[in-house]
Amino acid sequence: MKEVPAIKLEGITKSFGTVLANDNISLSVNHGEILSILGENGSGKTTLMNMIAGIYFPDHGKIFVDGKEVVIRSPKDAFRYKIGMIHQHFKLIDVFSAAENIMLGLDEAYNIRQCEQKVQEIVKQYGFELHPERKIYEMSVSEKQTVEIIKVLYRGADILILDEPTAVLTPQETEKLFAVLRRMRDDGKAIIIITHKLHEVLSLSDHVTVLCKGKYTGTVNTSETNEAQLTEMMVGKKISLDIPRSEPKNPKPRLQVTNLSCRNQEGTEILKDVSFSVSSGEILGIAGIAGSGQRELLEAIAGLQKFEGNIEYIDPETQKTENLRGKSPLQIREMGVHLSFVPEDRLGMGLVGNMDMIDNIMLRSYRKGKNPFLNRKEPRTLSEKLIQELQIVTPNANTPVRRLSGGNVQKVLVGREIASSPTVLMAAYPVRGLDINASFTIYRLLNEQKEQGTAVIYVGEDLDVLLAISDRILVISSGCVSRILDARSASKEEIGLMMTKNSQKKGDSANDRA
Amino acid sequence: MTEHKPLFHIAKRSQIVWWKAWLIRIFAIILAFVFSGIISYLLTKQNPLKIYSVMLDGAFGTKRRIWGLMQNLVMLLGVSVAVTPAFKMRFWNIGAEGQVLIGGLASAVCMILFGESLPNPVLLLVMILTSIIAGAVWALIPAFFRANWQTNETLFTLMMNYIAMQITAFFTYKWSVPKGSGQIGIINRATHAGWLPTIGKYDYLLNIIIVLIITIAMHIYLKYSKHGYELTIVGESENTARYIGIPVKKVILRTMVLSGAVCGLMGLLLVAGTDHTISRDTAGGRGFTAIMISWLAKFDPIFMILTSFLIAFLEKGATEISTSFGLNESFSDIITGIIIFFIIGCEFFIQYTVKFREKEKNNVD
Repeated sequence: MKEVPAIKLEGITKSFGTVLANDNISLSVNHGEILSILGENGSGKTTLMNMIAGIYFPDHGKIFVDGKEVVIRSPKDAFRYKIGMIHQHFKLIDVFSAAENIMLGLDEAYNIRQCEQKVQEIVKQYGFELHPERKIYEMSVSEKQTVEIIKVLYRGADILILDEPTAVLTPQETEKLFAVLRRMRDDGKAIIIITHKLHEVLSLSDHVTVLCKGKYTGTVNTSETNEAQLTEMMVGKKISLDIPRSEPKNPKPRLQVTNLSCRNQEGTEILKDVSFSVSSGEILGIAGIAGSGQRELLEAIAGLQKFEGNIEYIDPETQKTENLRGKSPLQIREMGVHLSFVPEDRLGMGLVGNMDMIDNIMLRSYRKGKNPFLNRKEPRTLSEKLIQELQIVTPNANTPVRRLSGGNVQKVLVGREIASSPTVLMAAYPVRGLDINASFTIYRLLNEQKEQGTAVIYVGEDLDVLLAISDRILVISSGCVSRILDARSASKEEIGLMMTKNSQKKGDSANDRA
Repeated sequence: MTEHKPLFHIAKRSQIVWWKAWLIRIFAIILAFVFSGIISYLLTKQNPLKIYSVMLDGAFGTKRRIWGLMQNLVMLLGVSVAVTPAFKMRFWNIGAEGQVLIGGLASAVCMILFGESLPNPVLLLVMILTSIIAGAVWALIPAFFRANWQTNETLFTLMMNYIAMQITAFFTYKWSVPKGSGQIGIINRATHAGWLPTIGKYDYLLNIIIVLIITIAMHIYLKYSKHGYELTIVGESENTARYIGIPVKKVILRTMVLSGAVCGLMGLLLVAGTDHTISRDTAGGRGFTAIMISWLAKFDPIFMILTSFLIAFLEKGATEISTSFGLNESFSDIITGIIIFFIIGCEFFIQYTVKFREKEKNNVD
């Protein structure tokens, strides 16, 4: 191994508005080495890599390539320094062949035969499987990924960055990819791979750099570490939050989910045989890596997602059981189910950004009555009450909500959802992007709902918060329920491990697809 | 670390005070007149001030001209109001041209077929119904395909325009007077059957009143009715609409039926209230101009009175310039084009602000 690292970062800092995505991060990779970057969602892995690839520009910090300080302003600059990034979402043109996609954007003379030949050489050298003349739309996901990798190799990249390359692959394909990556390493390339799967980190990389909430936690040699240590580094030390938690009062089953499965538009199974129940007066936390099916689960309950299986609602007054299967959101409301839903996408789903607060508050209630005209009086009173009670910072109730800050937008949304006195309240990432004060307002509101006997489902990413606020925690992993734990006795590491383990089931579903 | 910031960059304004926005607009109009003055001087060697006075004269010179301007204005306004609910729903209905034409054709057909057999009030009622239904169906067809199969409504409504034009061409040929001329001539010239009544001696007053009523009704519908609220939500975010339980398909169909129905009614006003004949050009491009008027007014029907006045005035005035200075039609188009360009262009500076590079560079954007 050479002395001078292929790429070295020193004190890289990047913030988006008030959010610090990367805080003083340093790392280095030598030629002939594989470095894993490990971290939960939102820990800043992709942001960091995008700065090396020239997509973002760091606020502070230095980047060295082969010991020399460099300035990377654009992806073109990155290529000049022989850095190539393979993004999570492929950037290929479907109707072009592999070779045509690889040629795209190059300055050299257009000679597709020559290009195909050169691609063949790369394919042979590293043991890929690819026909350069095939069109992209005929290819499987793993073949498309191969095209992306060869694209950067063709441009002479010596430093390769792969952003969650295995997320879309079956276990067999993953093994093949790893074999190729090892061969590239032996050829002297420096490879950085972003992942949150522990077993992959352990089987592939030489070193691991761990990020946690935008901060650098440390770098360890793979040979000297284990899953438990990495999990601890990844989830961070347990922080005790001062969120009050009362004992559930007189809990009675409110929502019963049995054998719920659903597929996305491409036909991939997103949720698999999910069963659980929520009782009145409790908060059920849902923990999982982002994209493990949380969104689909809540949308299925809200009537926005088709599913197989059953979702039964037990009416608190009549004790009658209603099946929500196949019902639209409107039908669910008409059945007398007071279901409130704070979706993840606040301005894209929960609210209309260009409308003012009154019109947004009115969304839930405007249908009332036979009058064909709107009654803005009650929504106005409610808006002004919410502004007072939740301390929403806005010029007035007529300001479009998109002009409000993230925390205030969320207060409008949560305030509206709670105002309809729900019996079931679902909240997806309700404190994402919010400051401490706004977050605590949201926690307080959720707790108040719980005490009033609402069944609350809280999908969160911060395990400390989940452990502090929930009564029980459902851990979801690749669309399956890993386990349901008692939040009062569960540990952070336990949850962290359950979130990341079990690639087997994911592999099965991926095989089904292929 | 060295970072080369560009000389200036564009940033979105979060908010602008109303008087600042108006200042920008007024400035843009002044600039437009200065600029087109220079152009017209270069092209015609005429005094720009004289050109503008001819323009004013063309629009307001005589009582007759004023009435003509008003008639043009309300027809544009009517079609603009008609397309507004569709555009507010982000349904790119560029088929108003065809919807107006088919509505006009429906009333012309009634006038020709039933002109002698039905008493006039009944005939008028039948005409109103058929023209509204014709326009509504013409809009419903693309809406149905869009709501159910996500077809592209822009292409679809455009195609419907051509179909409407060819159908009209077919009938004008079939019933042409004299035979084979391809022109239908004034329908029921002698009996005036199916002609809209005139109020006093003012030919266009009825049209004006009808359009103003529709404009106000549409304003109320969009702003204060539950339907208007729902279609706005569908336009802003279909996801939110679904989340809140709005039947998106139903709203799309309902809104397009309304949009097409008003277009059809405008066709009736053109045929039975103004032209008393029909040809492929009866809609006269108003279906397209209306889109611009509606957008310029930010989908507010009341504000559309102003924007359609502007366009109608420009069209009338510019035509006058061409005739009185012996220039061809294209010259008036140039002037109109320049002025509209400035007016639309200034909206950019209302939405965005230009920031120049600051001298010191401590932080990097």
